[in-house]
Amino acid sequence: MAHGDGTAHVEGQQHPISLYFKVWGLLFVLSAASYAVDYFHVESYLRWSLVLIFMMLKAGFIVAVFMHMQWERLALIYAILLPPALVLVFVFLMVFEADYTFLTRGIFFILGK
Amino acid sequence: MTESTVTETGQSLARPEGLQGFVNDWSSDQRSFKGVPWGKAMMWIFLLSDTFIFSCFLLSYMTVRMSTTVEWPNPSEVFALSMGGDPVPLLLIAIMTFILISSSGTMAMAVMFGYKKDRRTTAILMIVTALFGASFVGMQAFEWTKLIVDEGVRPWGNPMGAPQFGAVFFMITGFHGFHVSVGVIFLFAIARKVWRGDFDKQTPGFYTSRKGNYEIVETMGLYWHFVDLVWVFIFAFFYLW
Repeated sequence: MAHGDGTAHVEGQQHPISLYFKVWGLLFVLSAASYAVDYFHVESYLRWSLVLIFMMLKAGFIVAVFMHMQWERLALIYAILLPPALVLVFVFLMVFEADYTFLTRGIFFILGK
Repeated sequence: MTESTVTETGQSLARPEGLQGFVNDWSSDQRSFKGVPWGKAMMWIFLLSDTFIFSCFLLSYMTVRMSTTVEWPNPSEVFALSMGGDPVPLLLIAIMTFILISSSGTMAMAVMFGYKKDRRTTAILMIVTALFGASFVGMQAFEWTKLIVDEGVRPWGNPMGAPQFGAVFFMITGFHGFHVSVGVIFLFAIARKVWRGDFDKQTPGFYTSRKGNYEIVETMGLYWHFVDLVWVFIFAFFYLW
């Protein structure tokens, strides 16, 4: 009981420090890459896809390694990672809503003149 | 704390991996998240709810930006910083990004040293993390001041373009900055407990009288990494889009 661990479960998450340094470096590189997208004025679809790719890679590494999600059991992984995926439905709805608002505003400004 | 919450299975029940394990865990009695301390599970669920809050913010930002008929101010120019000569686009934001990532790195290592029960290194790494966080908030304060005082950005309008820009900017970065500030306070509080050796000596907590352990460092780490995670999305969608 010296460490309050009189129970049968394993003690925490133990991973080599080199792994954290590697991911840290990788996150630096990815951040620099996404900053470079802006710095070198990459435009339009190439810009958006690069920004999204670097964003998802960074988010993935943070969740998987720093937050230890890759070593968790599926019960927790599914409970935490699947619900946010449903936000994509919300995105889909709001894209239509925004397009509609833009259209009505456009009509109003044209007919208003 | 752990005594009453961890189920003793006597090691006799097998825990299958994969999809079968998922079904077994969720249909078992007492607890679904096997081997996860309750504090950590609760932190994950809190972070899930926070994810929805930030998703709603970013979605409302998407909606107003898509539906405005006025040109959206170019963040690359708005947040440019001139160091002597020509303005460098997004310089301060890039520095803030690197600082937050560094703080995530030191936090991950603090968790590792926490489980090794190396309390000095853990506390020092947590304080370094907190200082990174504090400098992030400081830079954000500088950024807000520059935008409000020098460029006249208000929540209801700005000289550069679409008036929604200010509202969205202050709401999203403000809410994120608030999270960072809370994290800094939380970090100092836990670092103090680690430094004093509360978790080695099983000192009852000041507020709850519970005996803690080093799992709180990992729970704290989850919160901190989440703050970094949210910034990844804000950086991509608000500053780079």
